[in-house]
Order: sequence, then structure tokens, then C-alpha cells
Amino acid sequence: MTTTTRTAAMETTTTARGGATVELMNVVKDYAGHRALTGVNLSMAPGEFIALLGPSGCGKTTVLRALSGLESISDGRILIDGGDVANTPVNRRDIGMVFQAYSLFPHMTVMQNVEFGLRMRKVDAAARRSRAIEALEMVGLGHLGARYAHQLSGGQQQRVALARALVTRPRVLLLDEPLSALDAKVRVQLRDEIRRIQTDLGITTLFVTHDQEEALAVADRVAVMRDGNIEQVGSPEDLYTQPATSFVATFVGLSNAVDAELTGDTVSVFGTMLPLLGTGPENGQVTAFIRPEDISFATRGIPATVVVSSFLGSLRRTQVRLDDGTLLFVQHDVRMRPLTGETVHLELDGRPVAVSARAS
Amino acid sequence: MTVANATTTDLILPKPSSRGVGPRSFRVEPSRTTRTVILGIVGIFFLVPVFGMVEFALRVGQPVNGLQTYGFSHFVAVFDPVNSGTYSVLFQGIVNSLGICAITVAIVLALLLPTMIFVELKFPRLRRVLEFICIIPVTIPSIVLVVGFVPVYSVVAGIFGSYPWTMAFAVGIIVLPYAYRPIAANLAAVEVVILSEASRSLGAGWSSVLWRVILPNLRRGILASCFITVAVVLGEYTIASFLSQNTFQTALVLIQHTDPYVAVIFSLFALLFVFVLLILIGRLGSGGRRNRRSA
Repeated sequence: MTTTTRTAAMETTTTARGGATVELMNVVKDYAGHRALTGVNLSMAPGEFIALLGPSGCGKTTVLRALSGLESISDGRILIDGGDVANTPVNRRDIGMVFQAYSLFPHMTVMQNVEFGLRMRKVDAAARRSRAIEALEMVGLGHLGARYAHQLSGGQQQRVALARALVTRPRVLLLDEPLSALDAKVRVQLRDEIRRIQTDLGITTLFVTHDQEEALAVADRVAVMRDGNIEQVGSPEDLYTQPATSFVATFVGLSNAVDAELTGDTVSVFGTMLPLLGTGPENGQVTAFIRPEDISFATRGIPATVVVSSFLGSLRRTQVRLDDGTLLFVQHDVRMRPLTGETVHLELDGRPVAVSARAS
Repeated sequence: MTVANATTTDLILPKPSSRGVGPRSFRVEPSRTTRTVILGIVGIFFLVPVFGMVEFALRVGQPVNGLQTYGFSHFVAVFDPVNSGTYSVLFQGIVNSLGICAITVAIVLALLLPTMIFVELKFPRLRRVLEFICIIPVTIPSIVLVVGFVPVYSVVAGIFGSYPWTMAFAVGIIVLPYAYRPIAANLAAVEVVILSEASRSLGAGWSSVLWRVILPNLRRGILASCFITVAVVLGEYTIASFLSQNTFQTALVLIQHTDPYVAVIFSLFALLFVFVLLILIGRLGSGGRRNRRSA
């Protein structure tokens, strides 16, 4: 495989192992009286970075644990490089994993932690040490090898955990919300670091998160999960601009769910005719999902009253109430500062709009 | 007037004290004076009988004209070969007690520890059940347990013979509550499940997970549990007496009828031994706290 290498040390690592193909085929997981996964299908290309995104309890961590071998599956197949690993114990699956909780071994130094996986593979001491140093340098912690976990910050601990997971050159890297315990700034730094290292190494990676910004920022593709199955898999842009379902439309990014009428390929929203995005239900009353950035203030149009306006740094988001009581979010230039109670007019940009059958 | 000029805030809110704590706030820890007084009272309560024992053990002969002579003659006599026959029961009792200690610790390590780890890893919902089972012995008086043990031990004696070490089976049950607690506290402090999953994902089999990851992190709890087990075994008298076994405690009671000085001297040694064990446990615990504080 060809990857961009940063150091000579990393070159050794990158050329040693390529990414694997991963395939989940109709994976079902039953707990007592509860079906956590209802037939999950997912294919990962070698070196691909996929984020599993979904609300709490949707089954995304169960998918990751099933792939790792920490959870057995009730039905289906899990293929890594074409081989079925569904019955292979976790310690023989050749995967690397970073956990949500800090999982460094407290009684070992950073160096010993990183060497652990190599020791389990009976790598000789000299090779073990040099590969551990490589891995630590890769995450920028080559100078902290003698420290213990309790002497590191949360971000440093997760970097060490990443080095420990990668040093064995696993076929697949699994990340179970590794950033959720970190503060916002460190989270963004480490997120970008993970993406850089993953790109350099070309390792197939599954990243579980409930943070949509995180998922959209790092992943090649995002799989949105709901109720134990994958609702849609696509590039971040596709998910945002072409949501396949109303759940994806509302879960990924912010959407205004409004009443509309569908006629053929045209959606009538507040008297404005918009093209239909993708396919829709039968003609009639539907729910349309309009992004806040697809609504703008105008001198004439739909009358509304400003409820509240929030400054978000590079933009401003304002909530308005229509005459019929409908609340809408409008995203606009930060220089416009609507006042609470002010009467404004709105117009819809003519972008295609996703719809779903209206819930009764 | 001052009152007229006072703001609502001035009138309602209490002034913060010089230490930044409001007058209605509660202190989490007692003051230094309170702690000193409590420590002093407890110290006197503990030390007065100990001093009494030391004073008694050092007496030489009877008081003459109201004056008592002191010396180490009773201490020397204990280790004098001439008296070996006299004190052989006591020394044999010590050997038996140490043997029971060792076997009881082995029972704790071989049965209780793996069970607790297994429950923590595989059946965490059974944690409460295990805790309940382990605590039951502390709620039952020893004398009641012994009444139950006597018929059981007629079977045990039939299988293993009537040796003192067989008492370890009974004592192993008595020490359960004391042995359970330190290991449970250590298990609660260490993310055993996460650590075992992390090590498994790195290629470790279950034996490596246990020996290389879990046990090293439970070292403090295991050591504390073993020391407390030893301390409890050295203080156990009822079972040994009712099962007619010669242990350190029964030998002490026996020998005090003929030589009360030696009985007191060995009681002092036993106190000192348990005191050292408790200090070791304390050291282990504070070592852990220091490590965490430095994080």
C-alpha cells in the first residue's frame, strides 16, 4: 500500500500492513428479551474510515463490540479479509481497540503498556522496544515512556491507548467513543490526530460516536444507526444534503420539520414550490425537512416573529414563530442581529427538500 | 444610619468567615482539637491495659515492704531450654496457629478471590448476592457456628483425621466478611472489566489477563485481605476450644493457670504482631492514595 509517511519510524509501520476488508452480513444480537441488533449489514473497504453515528441505545457500540469479539452474535456473519471471524475469540481477531474509558494498565509504565500487545505475540525484547518507541513517537509521546497512566492527562492517556492499539499492526482499528471523556479543545485536536494517523497507516477503522460533528469531520463514510440497524450509509455530504429518511434528516445536522404537500416531484411548503430530493411517499400531506441555512430573511414573504437569536461565532441562528405557531430555525450572517419580538419575513431557497410521510 | 443604608444583600446574606466558609456550612472533617481529643481517649483506652500487661510481665518476685522489683527474668525464662518442656504446648500452639493461618489464607486466595473476580467480570449482577453470603458469618455468633460445626467436624475428622489444620475450613468461613471487604474495595476502584477487555483486544488469553493485568492491580486488596485473615485467625478462640484443638489461644488459656507471666508475655507479642500487620495494611492503603493524588 502507499501512504504518506512522516517519519522513518512510521514508514516501517505503514509498509508492514495494509487495511483489511470488513463485512458485516445480517448481524443479529439478542440479549435476554431484547434484540439489540436487527440484521446489520455494513461493508468497509481496505483503509476506509467509517463512523457509526446514532443516539444512545441504538446499538452502535454493540456493532463495534461484535466486530471486536467482545460480544458474541446471535446470527449473521462477520468477515475480515474474507474470513469469517464470528466464532474467533477476541484475542485472536487481530484488531486494535481504543475504549471510551481510560483503559491503560495502571501498574505499567506507558512503554510497558504499549509493549503489552507485542509481548502477547511473543515479539523479542529488542523489536518490542523499538516498535513501542515508534508507536509512541507516532502519537507525539515518545518522551513519556517512563510515566504511569496516573501521571498523564486524559488526552495523553488516549494517545497512549491509540499507540498501544496500533503497535501490533492490527487488521482493523476500532474506536469506541475515545474522545467523549475529553474536553472540547483536546477532543478536536485528538480527533484530527486520529484521522491523520489513520490516513498515514491506511488502516481500516470503525469509529463509534454520538457526536455528529465528530463523525462528519473525520469519516470517509458515516453510518447512521437507529433501533439496532443502520438507517443510511454515505459520505458526510450525502448524509447532510440527501438524507434517506426523516430520522437521518433530523439527526444529522439541524432540520426544520414542517407540514408540506407533495405533488409528483414538487413539494409545496408555506406556498413555495420546491423540488423533491430523492424519492418521496405517495402524493398528499407530508413532512418536509428544511435546513436552517435554506431559509433566509427577505423584505417580503412568510411573516414571522423573532423568538430568540443566538450568536454562534461565525454565524447566527435565529428562532422565529410563524403566524400558525410553527417554530423555525433560520441560519444567517452574523452581522444581521434580529431583535426578540421583531417582525420579519422569510423566504425559502429553492434547494431540493427531503420529505417523509406525515406521522399520524 | 447604617441600617438604612444597608442593601438587601447586606441584610440577608451572612458575611463569609475569614476561612471563606459561611457560618451555616458544615465541616466535612472534625477539627484538629476534636481529633486530638478522640485520639487521646482511644489511645488511653488502648494503652492502659498494654502498660498493665508490660508492668505485670516485668515483675520479679513479690513486693517487699510495698516495693516491687522489676526485671526481664520471665522473658528470659520463656526461651530457656530448661523450660522447653513446660512451654512446649504453647510453642506447638503457635505452630498450629501459623499453619491454620497459612491454610486459611490459601483458602481465601484459592476460593474467594477467583470467585470475586469471576463474578465481577461475568456476572456483576451477582455481586450483591456474593457480598451477602460473605457477610453472613459476621452476623452469627461464633458459639452458634461451633454448635453447627461439631457434627460436621466428626465427618471431617473421619476423612482428614483430627488435626489442628482442619480448623482452617471453619476459620475460612469466619474470616469471609473480613477477607471480602478489602478485595471488594480494590475491585471497585479498578476498572477490571475495561482492563480485561483491553488486554484481550491486545491478544492476551484469560490466564495472561489474570496474572499480568488483574492480579497486579488487586495486589493491595489481596495483601490487606491476607493480613486481616491472619489477624482474625490469631484472635480466634471459640472454635479451637470447642473442637479441642491446641492453638495459640487455647494454649495461652491453658498456660495462664500455671504461669500467668508467660501468658501475658505471649499476649503482648501477639498484640505487637497484629499491630505491625495493621500498620502494614495502613501503609499499603496510604501508598495507593499517594499515587492517586499525584495524578
